[in-house]
Amino acid sequence: MSEIAFLGAVEIGLVYALVGIGVFLAFRILDFPDLTVDGSFPLGAAVAAVIITSGIDPWTACLASILAGAAAGLVTAFLNQRFGILHLLASILTMIALFSINLRIMGRPNVALINQDTVLSPFYGLGLAGHYVRPLVVLVIVAIVVWLVARFLRSDFGLAMRATGVNPRMARAQGVKTAVHIYVGMAIANGLVGLAGALFAQTNGFADVTTGIGTIVVGLAAVIVGETLFRPRTIVIALIGCVVGSVLYRLAIQFALSADAVGLQASDLNLVTAVLVAIALILPRLRGRKAEA
Amino acid sequence: MIRVTGLEVVFGKGTPLEKKALSGVDFIAGESQFVSVIGSNGAGKSTLLAAIAGDVLPQAGRIEIAGVDVTRQPTAARAGRIARVFQDPLAGSCGRLTIEENLALADARGSRRGFGLAIGRARREMFRHRLKELGLGLEGRLEDQMALLSGGQRQALSLVMATMAQANVLLLDEHTAALDPAMAEFVLDLTRRVVAETGVTTLMVTHSMRQALDMGDRTVMLHEGRVILDVAGDERRNLDVEDLIHMFRKVRGQDIDDDSLLIE
Repeated sequence: MSEIAFLGAVEIGLVYALVGIGVFLAFRILDFPDLTVDGSFPLGAAVAAVIITSGIDPWTACLASILAGAAAGLVTAFLNQRFGILHLLASILTMIALFSINLRIMGRPNVALINQDTVLSPFYGLGLAGHYVRPLVVLVIVAIVVWLVARFLRSDFGLAMRATGVNPRMARAQGVKTAVHIYVGMAIANGLVGLAGALFAQTNGFADVTTGIGTIVVGLAAVIVGETLFRPRTIVIALIGCVVGSVLYRLAIQFALSADAVGLQASDLNLVTAVLVAIALILPRLRGRKAEA
Repeated sequence: MIRVTGLEVVFGKGTPLEKKALSGVDFIAGESQFVSVIGSNGAGKSTLLAAIAGDVLPQAGRIEIAGVDVTRQPTAARAGRIARVFQDPLAGSCGRLTIEENLALADARGSRRGFGLAIGRARREMFRHRLKELGLGLEGRLEDQMALLSGGQRQALSLVMATMAQANVLLLDEHTAALDPAMAEFVLDLTRRVVAETGVTTLMVTHSMRQALDMGDRTVMLHEGRVILDVAGDERRNLDVEDLIHMFRKVRGQDIDDDSLLIE
């Protein structure tokens, strides 16, 4: 694997680390299996791309992507909490609706961001090559997000959110309005995924309506690889696990695709993904079985 | 104080399985009163507690706590007035959270949950102090996961959690039924202690007539969703389990189908 390929994998891994954190919030903290991310990721990309190409500041574009993602999360939470639609189904409904919405936002299937000002532009002039700048900038953003989310989950409000996911009956008995926490949690989770989409569009130079397919699997892979490696006992470790898991997962894919001897090609990506996630899921079970014996 | 007026709860209304769990319960528990509630299976004991707590919304009637009508309030909205301990030791706390996180959740019951750190130095000191009083050696395990504790330890902690924040009412739903005898005795002692210390109005549902007479200062018996017996003071002091069964038969004018549920 060349240095550029390596750093490219790290960069994309860091972008998807935000998806991993969003998926962690929904699946692990709220116990809400949420497939909205397949729609909110390209939504974030589409919103950012359209705003940036219209000449508006890229940070504003990122903020708009976060808000758009959060709105998508709220729709799923609303369908589930207000009308009692099964969480999985509610999220699938939002997801497929977003496909059309994303096409509407962009007005066509993809938007290029070549020669546009992005959040990365100010850093290109500092003397580092582009393939160093991109992962570094994304790393800083991811670090800030990890700190903010960890701090949030350790607050009284965040603690109530965790209780909502673990034992909703107990949470209500302690005066926690569980519905409020599901709304807020889903908004934050998909807001982060929207931000990931915005960063994806800016680091890769395009937004495409099909980039959302399989986002949930990649996010889950990050969470599961992180859990398998770290066996986290605290929130901070779990969040760092999502980040490391996401990067390692990308590196593994990059390695599998670039090892000529294996004979894989780019179109095998989804197969490799599925196999890697399956391995990450099976490993802890094997370990558990050994511990029992 | 709890005031329950004409309370009716029907499960599965309009279906073949329709079941009237409470059919017009009138009941007042005065300030700081400790009432034990007995009755056979399906008598409506747990339903009464669930209705007071807000888990079950009644079809008719009214529930007031400390003078406030809470009949239509959802569970979370009235939780500031009500502390609870469930029958299942796993139900009253979060296994995947640490002991101190569970205590912090309980400490914030009834107050606004903001974005300040849930566990600061002052709170941790207070928790450690409370757990030391408990005498189970848990004060050194604040950062352990709740799931690592035994059922008895969890139930004892649930009681501590119930008294963490101020409440008008303490609801105990067969809270020692799932424990081994030694631990059940410990939790009952603890119950006596916290009720005496806080002076909170308490309803304790139990299956055991012995327990019902030993604990608290008033005993109420439910049958088929109604209060059929209500004893307190000298009358209650002179009662034993045999008398209670006798009184029950007299009131109902029939044999109890299931004696085993009423005797120890």
